Amino acid sequence: MRVAGKGLIDRDRRISFRFDGRSYSGFKGDTVASALLANGVTLMGRSFKYHRPRGVLTAGSEEPNALITTGRGAGQEPNVRATMQEIWEGLETRSQNAWPTLDFDLMAVNDLAAPFLGAGFYYKTFMWPKAFWEAIYEPVIRKAAGLGALSGESNADNYERAYAFCDLLVIGAGPAGLMAALTAARGGADVILADEDSLMGGRLNAESGAVGHQPGAIWAAETVAELAGMDNVRLMPRTTVTGAYDGGMFGALERVNQHTARRGGGAPLETFWRIAAKRSVLAAGAIERPIAFQNNDRPGVMTAGAVRAYLNRWGVSPGRKVAVFGNNDDAHRTARDLAAAGVHVAGLIDSRPDAEVEGAEFPVFKGAQVCNAAGRKELEAVTLRTATGEEAIQADCLAVSGGWNPTVNLTCHLSGRPTWREDIQAFVPTEGAVPGMDVAGACNGAFSTHACFEAGIVAGRAALSALGRKSVDVKMPKAEDAPYRVQALWAVAGKGRAWLDFQNDVSVKDIKQAAVENFKSVEHMKRYTTQGMATDQGKNSNVAALAILADATGRGIPETGTTTFRPPYTSVAIAAMGAGAQGAGFAPQRFTTSHKQSVEMGAPMIEAGLWYRPSYFPRAGESTWRQSCDREVGHVRQAVGVCDVSTLGKIDIQGPDAAKLLDFAYTNMFSTLKVGRVRYGLMLREDGTVMDDGTTARLREQHFVMTTTTAAAGNVMRHLEFVTQSLHPEWQVAFTSVTEQWAQFAVAGPKSRDLLNEILGKPIDSEGWPFMACGEVEVAGVPGRLFRISFSGEHAYEVAVPARYGASLFKLLEERARAMGGGAYGMEALNVLRIEKGFITHAEIEGRATAFDVGMGRMISAKKDCIGKTMAARPGLVEETRPQLVGLKAVEHMKVITAGGHLYEVGAEAKNGNALGHVSSVCFSPDVGGYIGLGFVRNGPARHGDVIRLVDGLRGLETEVEICHPVFLDPEGGRVRG
Amino acid sequence: MAELRPMAPAAELLPLEIGDAKAEEINPGHLTSLTAIGDGMGKALEKAHGMAWPAPNRAAGKEGARCLWFGLREVLLIGPAPNKTLGRHGAVVDQSDAWCAVTLEGAAAEDVLARLVPVDLRVAHFKRGHTVRSQVYHMNASITRVGQEKFMILVFRSMATTLVHDLKQAMAAVASRG
Repeated sequence: MRVAGKGLIDRDRRISFRFDGRSYSGFKGDTVASALLANGVTLMGRSFKYHRPRGVLTAGSEEPNALITTGRGAGQEPNVRATMQEIWEGLETRSQNAWPTLDFDLMAVNDLAAPFLGAGFYYKTFMWPKAFWEAIYEPVIRKAAGLGALSGESNADNYERAYAFCDLLVIGAGPAGLMAALTAARGGADVILADEDSLMGGRLNAESGAVGHQPGAIWAAETVAELAGMDNVRLMPRTTVTGAYDGGMFGALERVNQHTARRGGGAPLETFWRIAAKRSVLAAGAIERPIAFQNNDRPGVMTAGAVRAYLNRWGVSPGRKVAVFGNNDDAHRTARDLAAAGVHVAGLIDSRPDAEVEGAEFPVFKGAQVCNAAGRKELEAVTLRTATGEEAIQADCLAVSGGWNPTVNLTCHLSGRPTWREDIQAFVPTEGAVPGMDVAGACNGAFSTHACFEAGIVAGRAALSALGRKSVDVKMPKAEDAPYRVQALWAVAGKGRAWLDFQNDVSVKDIKQAAVENFKSVEHMKRYTTQGMATDQGKNSNVAALAILADATGRGIPETGTTTFRPPYTSVAIAAMGAGAQGAGFAPQRFTTSHKQSVEMGAPMIEAGLWYRPSYFPRAGESTWRQSCDREVGHVRQAVGVCDVSTLGKIDIQGPDAAKLLDFAYTNMFSTLKVGRVRYGLMLREDGTVMDDGTTARLREQHFVMTTTTAAAGNVMRHLEFVTQSLHPEWQVAFTSVTEQWAQFAVAGPKSRDLLNEILGKPIDSEGWPFMACGEVEVAGVPGRLFRISFSGEHAYEVAVPARYGASLFKLLEERARAMGGGAYGMEALNVLRIEKGFITHAEIEGRATAFDVGMGRMISAKKDCIGKTMAARPGLVEETRPQLVGLKAVEHMKVITAGGHLYEVGAEAKNGNALGHVSSVCFSPDVGGYIGLGFVRNGPARHGDVIRLVDGLRGLETEVEICHPVFLDPEGGRVRG
Repeated sequence: MAELRPMAPAAELLPLEIGDAKAEEINPGHLTSLTAIGDGMGKALEKAHGMAWPAPNRAAGKEGARCLWFGLREVLLIGPAPNKTLGRHGAVVDQSDAWCAVTLEGAAAEDVLARLVPVDLRVAHFKRGHTVRSQVYHMNASITRVGQEKFMILVFRSMATTLVHDLKQAMAAVASRG
């Protein structure tokens, strides 16, 4: 019901929205909750477990009941708090957790079975039969329980992440936060003021009290305007600071377009901020706690502060006849504000016999408690219990206040524990819990507006002082300074279920039951009852629950302690945390200079780390990849093939100690390498296993270029940094990654030299350019480098030019190769070519293999030390029984063999313990005329010719293979020297 | 004789203007990595190119001849071809083709980079002459303020497409806030 003359809404701007298919109207400034209440809708949801009808309980982000789903299809968002969702024209919302409708929910049958469904019910009931849990119980329970659901479709909405930096982050823009921000900003500090509400001002917007000579809300608006006009202040409304982290880092979620119809077109729905702050002030306020009594969850039962907020901020009375029930003076304000606004107050019930109530224009019941609520889908009456007996009073709304809990959450995110304050019956932050953070106002237990202003100024000045800035004078406006008197009342004694955690349907009985069953630690109680484990994290129920646990276990509240508050303070969509990482944003894409042409040639691209490389280049008439691959292998073996190898890591190494570094990093000797020559090298990790392999060329006496595999380029660079920074900082050596500088292409095959001689400035011949020669050349007029190395076993070269010429050179090489009966080849053919020659890749040196395992034990030079040498010599790493590199051939002609399959003796059972090794790489070899592979077999080198069994459990394949030498083609190496 | 045609890393992707930010690929001339071995490189740089060896996170010189701090004992000389004398004091490595160089300019440039770079790049803290090796979203990058509202961003040449993708997304998001 709207109340004339009240509220900060814009009554000239009417907005319509839908809830459960019906259209409602509200005003600019309304939330879904305030607009529904204004329309007389009190039933907003069903509870999690028992499907009890529920109405809105609060007016803030702590709301446990009024959870709705907004939007439809891919963009639908579940568990949105109706108290936080601003209405916009066309907004569509739905209730959750009810079937078939919110009003008539068949699942409410659960409520009748409540005696069987209490805490621990699942654990006790679904123990047996064991197999039923996953197959039956869990799916059924999940279907019956739960809140809103995602659509299952890919979300097309934009989310964003961003960084912000400041001297001072003020969290919360209520009286304390505004004052802290104002003080620090006037002192010149660089301030960010964040508040989760759309309208800054906190309780000043929800209360009727004056600040100075004007209403509190006006003072707040003027202060916000002053702050907005300052260059050193950044206001962040609709921004919830969700976590406090090390080093002054905070996470914060901004609802950028949740209050508008804007979707897509680059506009983010939400932004997840990482805020780095030198100092922070927590002014997060306090959350009012209900009092537990029988049926205290009926729609219409709300916190007293929320009722005031709806009245003063949104001009809505949640009821026509409102009763107020509290254990503190603050609750009286609700009755006074309602009465002043002309709303009928059915009675003020104060549990304290000695409560002072001045000038009441409504019935007052001191020393009384509300012990029951009548009505199902909406409140009809409440039952009072006094010293003389029980009586019912008619009310369609009950405003309850059990006191206020300071919002200590963020001060606990770095493992801090809050401190119990007996006088206010609440936990407050422990000083120093978050380094650099001051706590001010209600979140520190200072509840009057005056006290909040004062604390804000103190915190603002403390920040200025810590930042090395001069203090400033800030005029303190006059405001109420009413004492906060409270007497503990957590639950009203009585039969029936009295609710604590509304969202997870946890009652006082459940907490007591946990204590009975010896779940006495607060952490055990929490898990046993699910108290505080819902999306609201028990914001308005945790303290009451542990107070009841303390009582049930005969301990004090401080002794019982709290559970651990962890980030995030409110729910954060994964989409917001991972913003930007969808689709192409998942990881950087690295494209070679030949990428565009490769794609134009129809090559399917495969990912190699972050790089994209062509798989094969299909030609007309080829319908399978194998046809293309076999042809490309043929090009290299019979004519000439061209392949982009720019993705391999290239490291330029220079300096007087360059050779020393290589000798130390590689197992074999490089100091003896002649200028103008290339050598293959093997590198070990410190633990003696193989790290990487590649070639290194000596361009000049003190100048080398190392080549790494594509996958290990970064690792090798890091490894060299480690060696030179940590092990040998005295060495005079410099190295620089030049992977990106050079576009490099393999030109392989018997006609490779003929092709190169068409484009090189000076022709080359066998004498000037023998196998493993290298040097500078002119490539079609451009200075480049040439290396006579081969990964195919053929007469081959790698030619490099500055990357700007890469696309052009690839085009030229491909055209010339094609004219000579060859062409471009991709990763598939490259793989076949190297397997036929027994060359290893990271399929073989996968992090477990030693030099001994891959048949290169003798490459660990005896003449010098190298990284990993000692560890590689450990007895267990050089035993003959270790699986060692072998070749494998299918025994039956054309039979497929697969990589990943395990190897067993013929006749042995394929089980753990019997394995002889595994297959690491396979291919169809056009040259051998069948499937071949590389693999590791125990004592393999001594077993050439033996037939063993390959079992691939994953693919359901079983076949016999013959162990052979890993080099299938040209074992003498005649071709490569050709 | 065949001729090779050069191609810039982001030639087909930029320029791009959204809202108050504009991204353009630039041709910065020679890029040369200088890694000092011993003590002489700083003096040699000053003598040959008129610029002091920049301290960490600082840039020396100006448009046309600039030098960025680039890492431990390493700076990136931008613009002129390196003087031969530099080679006596350490490694002089051509990187002219290794990096994609882009400028981001406009009133929204700081806000755009605040979406991508985990460093405070506001002008009060990151002034002209400041540079940083950091990240642009997932990519290693070098970022230098070259004007009141202008930054130079370097990323690996192979990642030019991703740089433009990420910039475009951030530019659109910032522009959407109006």
